[in-house]
Amino acid sequence: MGWAQIVLYSVVLLLCAKPLGLYMARVLEGQTTFLSRVLSPIERLIYRHSGVKPETEQSWKTYALAAILFNVLGMLVVYALQRFQGELPLNPAGLGGVSPDSAFNTASSFATNTNWQGYGGESTMSYLTQMLALGVQNFVSAATGIAVVAALIRGVRARETNSIDNFWADLTRSTLYILLPLSGLFSLVLVSQGAVQTFQPYAKATFVQPTKDADGKPVTEQVIALGPAASQVAIKQLGTNGGGFFNANSAHPFENPTPITNFLSMLAILLIPAALCVTFGEMVKDRRQGWAILAAMTFLFAAFLIPCVLAEQSGNPAFARHGLTTNANWEGKEARLGIENSALWATATTAASNGSVNSMHDSFTPIGGLAPMVLIQLGEVVFGGVGSGLYGMLVFAIVTVFVAGLMVGRTPEYLGKKIQAYEMKMASLVILIPCALVLLCTSISFVWPSADPSVSQAVKGMANPGPHGFSEVLYAYSSMGNNNGSAFGGFSANVPFHNFLGGVAMWLSRFWLMVPVLAIAGSLARKKVVPTGPGTLPTHTPLFVGMLCAIVLVVAGLTFIPALALGPGIESLRMAGGAR
Amino acid sequence: MSEQAQPLFDKSLVGRAIRDSFRKLDPRMQVRNPVMFVVFVGSILTTALWIQALIGKGEASPVFILLISLWLWFTVLFANFAEAMAEGRGKAQADALKAAKKDVPAKKLTSKADQSSYETVSASDLRRGDNVLVESGDFIPGDGDVVEGVATVDESAITGESAPVIRESGGDRSSVTGGTRVLSDWIVVQISANPGECFLDRMISMVEGAKRQKTPNEVALNILLAAMTIIFLLACATLLPFSLYAVASEGKGSPITVTVLVALLVCLIPTTIGGLLSAIGIAGMERLLRKNVIATSGRAVEAAGDVDVLLLDKTGTITLGNRQAVEFFPAPGVTAEEMADRAQLSSLADETPEGRSIVVLAKERYALRGREVKGEHFVPFTAQTRMSGVDIDGMSLRKGAQDAVRKWVEGQGGTFPAEVQAKVDEIGKAGGTPLVVAEGSKILGCIYLKDIVKGGIKERFAELRKMGIKTIMITGDNPLTAAAIAAESGVDDFLAEATPEAKLKLIREYQQGGRLVAMTGDGTNDAPALAQADVAVAMNSGTQAAKEAGNMVDLESNPTKLIEVVETGKQLLMTRGALTTFSIANDVAKYFAILPAAFVVTYPELGALNVMGLKTPESAILSAVIFNALVIVALIPLALRGVKYIPLGADAILKRNLWIYGFGGLVVPFVGIKLIDLGIGVFFK
Repeated sequence: MGWAQIVLYSVVLLLCAKPLGLYMARVLEGQTTFLSRVLSPIERLIYRHSGVKPETEQSWKTYALAAILFNVLGMLVVYALQRFQGELPLNPAGLGGVSPDSAFNTASSFATNTNWQGYGGESTMSYLTQMLALGVQNFVSAATGIAVVAALIRGVRARETNSIDNFWADLTRSTLYILLPLSGLFSLVLVSQGAVQTFQPYAKATFVQPTKDADGKPVTEQVIALGPAASQVAIKQLGTNGGGFFNANSAHPFENPTPITNFLSMLAILLIPAALCVTFGEMVKDRRQGWAILAAMTFLFAAFLIPCVLAEQSGNPAFARHGLTTNANWEGKEARLGIENSALWATATTAASNGSVNSMHDSFTPIGGLAPMVLIQLGEVVFGGVGSGLYGMLVFAIVTVFVAGLMVGRTPEYLGKKIQAYEMKMASLVILIPCALVLLCTSISFVWPSADPSVSQAVKGMANPGPHGFSEVLYAYSSMGNNNGSAFGGFSANVPFHNFLGGVAMWLSRFWLMVPVLAIAGSLARKKVVPTGPGTLPTHTPLFVGMLCAIVLVVAGLTFIPALALGPGIESLRMAGGAR
Repeated sequence: MSEQAQPLFDKSLVGRAIRDSFRKLDPRMQVRNPVMFVVFVGSILTTALWIQALIGKGEASPVFILLISLWLWFTVLFANFAEAMAEGRGKAQADALKAAKKDVPAKKLTSKADQSSYETVSASDLRRGDNVLVESGDFIPGDGDVVEGVATVDESAITGESAPVIRESGGDRSSVTGGTRVLSDWIVVQISANPGECFLDRMISMVEGAKRQKTPNEVALNILLAAMTIIFLLACATLLPFSLYAVASEGKGSPITVTVLVALLVCLIPTTIGGLLSAIGIAGMERLLRKNVIATSGRAVEAAGDVDVLLLDKTGTITLGNRQAVEFFPAPGVTAEEMADRAQLSSLADETPEGRSIVVLAKERYALRGREVKGEHFVPFTAQTRMSGVDIDGMSLRKGAQDAVRKWVEGQGGTFPAEVQAKVDEIGKAGGTPLVVAEGSKILGCIYLKDIVKGGIKERFAELRKMGIKTIMITGDNPLTAAAIAAESGVDDFLAEATPEAKLKLIREYQQGGRLVAMTGDGTNDAPALAQADVAVAMNSGTQAAKEAGNMVDLESNPTKLIEVVETGKQLLMTRGALTTFSIANDVAKYFAILPAAFVVTYPELGALNVMGLKTPESAILSAVIFNALVIVALIPLALRGVKYIPLGADAILKRNLWIYGFGGLVVPFVGIKLIDLGIGVFFK
């Protein structure tokens, strides 16, 4: 049954990718769609009131500046709203202002589409903050990703021009025509299934059978957190954000109440990243190119999904040695969702830079936990974030074309554009920065002393000692350094040190990648198109797809093999060998 | 001259290369190659650690550190050696060229017209524009153009070809090169280059590699290699804190030593390609030279690999040089004798092989003797008029391509007879070249010039097509003639009735379409097109203007040489790509060798990763380092010779090279490291 669900999931995903992809191509090309009658008056209204002239063409530098300015301003707003939420309305739980370090981390996290959460939603954020700060960023950070990938595609397609079109128009259209309608629709489905959507204060329930807390005091009632969750959950999945309304994220029954919402949520996680591949093929007028990229992503996804599911299904041999029988690794999983749905979710949410969870990744088997961790470390290019996944994969395609071009004895070209030193410089930055951030931040946290000078910040936050503790820290910084946002769990990161380091890592990883990507877009746009001939290396063949996958795996493999060997590697050998 | 069979490792070359490898340890030279610079710094670091260990506070046994550090130094030296070998082979040729560059006395004429009064000066005192007299037995003192006279010249110093060549004033065989020797007769040469700028000087500096700049593709690859080096630097450096944590958490073992970290780093960074990169580039230029092509920039050689349109002159490239007149066809109302007489008359002053063959044909068929025609009556052929002839005895005789003659005749109110037109078309369809002869406004008839397509040329073009290169024949012939020859020779396309402007326009059109155009040429009228083409090979026998405009000179003046230039360009890129892939694929085995060795004390479970069964941690690490160094030496021949190029589609080549260098690169080090471990393992217990 579990495998059948996985197959069904993949089929439905790929079926949905094509129509949505073609629709998004029309949106990004500025053509009319079936929603234009309703939305274009709103679009014009936005342009008029914000003073945007959508037809103004921007160079890559202007485009990048607009994207960064917009996001920095957004970050400031998120920071301010968190700090002053105590004085602001829509705060029925009476939550106070968020601490500066946590507010900074969260602002950076949501503006960069990472949605790493050091905080617990229901105990930290007011309804206003959730909606106006976090909800808004959920939309615009995803829209920024779509805008940047659209710019890159135009750069690939353009002929000797300086313009890659207008950031403000791309941002507006992506939000208005793609993200808003889809999440509106999905919210309604969620609400119909029982997800909460209310401004009412938290409910109180009296226990039928009172219990006692840790100090022995009697506990007779429980606070049940509520809020406008469904609308938030919809965009959290569709925009590859992943920041949960509640601390338990999608394991919480108010966020993910039924098997249907679980299935649709998983679908929503990969939907736009997958469909954008189709959009890419359509916009460069060679659909095979889009399918090739999608094929590479799907192949890599399956390559990690299958071992993860198998590892979770086979469970932990340590139980058997203690005379216990289990048929799978049930620790840390929501019983109503099951093994396969947890493993599928875990791989989908880390393949895409989503990061929402419906189970504890910390409790996965070593191999089961390795799969999500490596998917993150691949640089969030297997589907990846909305927009960012595709532009990351296209950068890898450029590197692949370069290596393959050398091997066939021809200056490499991708879709007719020659790949030269400048593109390689920028592509190297895109690949280098996340790898560097993950390794550097992880090691800094291992040498930075905590309040107790003999214990490093990393060790202090660990929930488990030994290699598993190491895995927890590595996972946390892989997640932040690649803008994923999922948490292994266990690791206590909500302290000033990790909040600050992680906040900086997330910011650098997002915008220092966006700038070189836009630089590539600008440089490609200026180039001539080389017509294809028999000497041109085709970039839609299985051979090329295979080589692209290999390059993605090799880069991450070579970077992280030593670190992974010391974490999940040892754990896995130990589990097999019977220690601990 | 075919490729010289020089052994790859000549004894004297190796000796010099070894000395040079030590000279290249200069940090200023090392820093130019980021990958090898890391190895260089690592070697210094481990040497320092060895000294520290000798004093007694070492992180590991002094012998182990010494061995590691020695092999790291070898790695640097081997890379230096590869570069020195490549340079050495070029230098050996440069020395041979320098021997030709003697400071010879030159007979500088005081006036161009008067060949009797000259002063003898040193060749190094000659300046551009000076006229010198070169007589039988004299060395030509500098590059220039023959302005008067005709002589046989021995150019073997430059071309290696022992048969003397004829150099004469006017036409496309007027250029002479300094350092060559006149064997018979005399010529007056107008010097075209100042001392130090002449062809021989440029050639020497190119082959010496002194002026070598990195080519664009090399720069791009260097960026990628640098990025990978940084990644590995981080992956290795961060192992230190990770290892400290592991030791603290497990409570056993000791943290990874700096020596092992440096060893791991050097093994992982792409030293194979990094160490051989410059050797590949230099060797590419040198291979071209061996094919008797001198490139004036490495950029042009690299661009040659990307060429997708090839413009070839019909004459001499596709067809056997000279066309021969085989038949006269008089126009209606003109007798065959009259026609032959006028044709001969118009050709008497025409020194082209075609002109001479007309004179000969008239003599053979109609017993017409050649007459003396004074030079001032001669109307020479120009690329614009595309006619030649004489104005003599009140007659204006012209012969040339039909459209040119038609224009000329019609310009004077004449008409072009349909019969002649029919004959012209017939000749053209048969692949011949019709020459139309006219007197004033009257068409006299046409001459059938026959073209013979070279043997084997069709196969060459088929090969080029497989490589994805389109061939275009350039000819002054009319479209019909051109089409016939094009069909016979198998070119993809042709440009008929080509003027310099039309050639230039064609090249520009292709370049606008994003294509890279290569062409060969020898004449002065080729110069603009040569300058516009991305890869331009000028024939050494051609004019000075053509040589200046091109970015390569073919010493053998063999126009099909372009095909070999293209192959060399492709080989250059392929060799880089193959070694990059090989280098990266090697890393898998090195991880399997070093990681378990470095951490096995702290985590005994990691012993499971020692799939090669290496004897001890020390022998494992040392074996990996030794393998890494030796593989550079083992691949020097490949770097110098280049990866074999087989004309196949891009997909097929990629598949083939991925198998050999990707899969091979994965497997070879497992075997190599294991063998080295078996060899040195006896010293470890």
